[in-house]
Amino acid sequence: MIQDDAPIIIEIKGLHAKVEDQPILNGVNLTIREGEIHALMGRNGSGKSTLSKILAGHPAYSVTSGSVRYRGEDLLCLEPEERSRSGVFLSFQYPIEIPGVSNLEFLRVSSNSRRVAEGKEELDTFEFEDFVKEKLNVVQMSPAFLERSVNEGFSGGEKKRNEILQMALLDPKIAILDETDSGLDIDALRIVSSGVNQLANAENATLLITHYQRLLDLIIPDYVHVMAAGKILRTGGKELALELEKSGYEWVDQVIANSTSEVVGQN
Amino acid sequence: MVHATIADSKKLDQWCNHLIPDLDPPSGMLAAFQASARSQLSSIPAPHRQLEDWRFCDLSPLANLKPQQIRAVRQSAAPYPDTDVTRLFLGDQKDLKQQKLPQGLSFCSDEDIQAHFNDVVKHHGVSEHWPVALNQAIAPDVIGLRVNGMVQKPLEIICDAGSAEGVLAIRVLLILEENAELELLHVHLSSGANLSSAVVEAKLATNSTLHYGFLAFGSDESALINHLASEQERSSTLSVVTASSGWGVLRNEPLAVQCRGDAHTQFRALQFVRNHQLADTHSSVRFNGPNGTLDQLHKTVADGSGRSVFNGVVQVPRAAQQTNAGQLSRSLLMSDKARIDTKPELEIVADDVKCTHGATVSRIQEDQLFYLQSRGIGAEQSAQLLLRAFCDEILSELPAVAEAWSPLERVLDLPRATNEQHQSSPVQ
Repeated sequence: MIQDDAPIIIEIKGLHAKVEDQPILNGVNLTIREGEIHALMGRNGSGKSTLSKILAGHPAYSVTSGSVRYRGEDLLCLEPEERSRSGVFLSFQYPIEIPGVSNLEFLRVSSNSRRVAEGKEELDTFEFEDFVKEKLNVVQMSPAFLERSVNEGFSGGEKKRNEILQMALLDPKIAILDETDSGLDIDALRIVSSGVNQLANAENATLLITHYQRLLDLIIPDYVHVMAAGKILRTGGKELALELEKSGYEWVDQVIANSTSEVVGQN
Repeated sequence: MVHATIADSKKLDQWCNHLIPDLDPPSGMLAAFQASARSQLSSIPAPHRQLEDWRFCDLSPLANLKPQQIRAVRQSAAPYPDTDVTRLFLGDQKDLKQQKLPQGLSFCSDEDIQAHFNDVVKHHGVSEHWPVALNQAIAPDVIGLRVNGMVQKPLEIICDAGSAEGVLAIRVLLILEENAELELLHVHLSSGANLSSAVVEAKLATNSTLHYGFLAFGSDESALINHLASEQERSSTLSVVTASSGWGVLRNEPLAVQCRGDAHTQFRALQFVRNHQLADTHSSVRFNGPNGTLDQLHKTVADGSGRSVFNGVVQVPRAAQQTNAGQLSRSLLMSDKARIDTKPELEIVADDVKCTHGATVSRIQEDQLFYLQSRGIGAEQSAQLLLRAFCDEILSELPAVAEAWSPLERVLDLPRATNEQHQSSPVQ
């Protein structure tokens, strides 16, 4: 849902970043407003996951220049937990298994940390159980998963559902979903997409990182961005994804080659 | 401190020489054992770091302790569990014998003790092992318990060295008859500049089961040397779950022999060191017959300038075909100054066996930490959650009565629930 005057949630300007001295982002510009769904596509290694991790505050990446404003404030100076509490959510491409930490307890501590930041009351064990059981319906998950350790022994699909359950509990302002469709069978894909659609509203926003149109058939994006060599090369509507599905990414090489020769020419 | 030389070992020998004359003269049932151990001790040199088994275990600080015997104190803020439990406070033997024991459990008769005392120690060939000899020389008496049938109520043996300066020695003999079953929690505490020496002998007859929880919590000034010598007949199960922390020096030696194989041994341990503490576990399991199993998991957390040592011997001689033994050592390094040494020692002669071993030393996993942080949980709280999970894997296997002792809080040195303090007075 595009509304030109909707408040900006996140504004990324000229973002450059590296991991272990290897530059990965080379000037990303992206603005996301309330109510919008954005899809970020591109080849493996183009920098999509890196961008998502930087937004979540992963310590392995360092920003070398550029800025990220989140609801008008500097996002990059915040710790990962502060970003989460203020409404930034990253659904991991590979959710981490944490043996010995109960999923229910983890979800409760996590949810309460966000609630406190929002000025809401913390939920005690009993209140939280009611709350989480209601949210389980969003992803059609069995309560049995609450009794297990965080993601331990979960199938690929169960892990992704657990991610969307966390999203439902945390009620983020912006949800960044990193290849949420990978490793899902058809039913699980439908359930996860339906969960994302249920949670999207006019006041929040979603950034989907994906390779495939099949996800965008189920979650209709307002904007599609193509990333290559660490920046956004082209932005369009949902038809851009369909075009990519048909013609692939070869044109990207052409664009990059041209832009490089332009730079060379200027020098 | 870092390099104990033979001179340090001489200091410990001299310390023994001061201690022995100060002890009560040999008396009671153990008189003969005490007398021979005392004379023996003068000829067994105290452990020093030139000996392979003591390479990382510096006992020289013990020489600074007062060479005098102390008795266990009976208070130890013992918290009462929700479940019914038989509780024995070690210290006053006469008082102890008044205690009513549940069905299936009885104190050994004098004849029983004469017949079985020191058997297991002899079979293990550790009579001249310094920690055992020291215990024999000092321990004034032995608590003998015979288990016949299934004991419904768990048993707690509590020993608190308290804050007195000196040396305390306890000796326990457990005899499990055929088909006997016992859940035992041994709690050993200290809060002062003292050494506790404990030797526990356990005999498990055919088809018997002993679930042995051991909680050992000391202070930076205190030391504990614990030696568990056990032997198992066929179809018996020995499960030893240990949680320790806080000792300036801790040496733990759990030993099991499967006399004819075909038994099950399970060792679980969590040892936590911080400050300048040292904890050294030397375990040993021997299979003298076929079809035996071992399931061993040893976990360590080393923080501050703490030092943790694990050496796990598994002996599988030719007679022990079809043995299935697994040993895993997992260590968590919490600080740059802490140190961990871990070594499996498998001696396998039999050719048709399954023996596995592994050792990991790591820090708290960065990816796990980031995952928790990305869900709004602060870095410190995330690290605590992961640390608790690491410890819980062992603590959850303690006998249920251990819960009342707040083992997690004690291991992690966190404030404990206040009900413990309230419960401390009626015990006195």
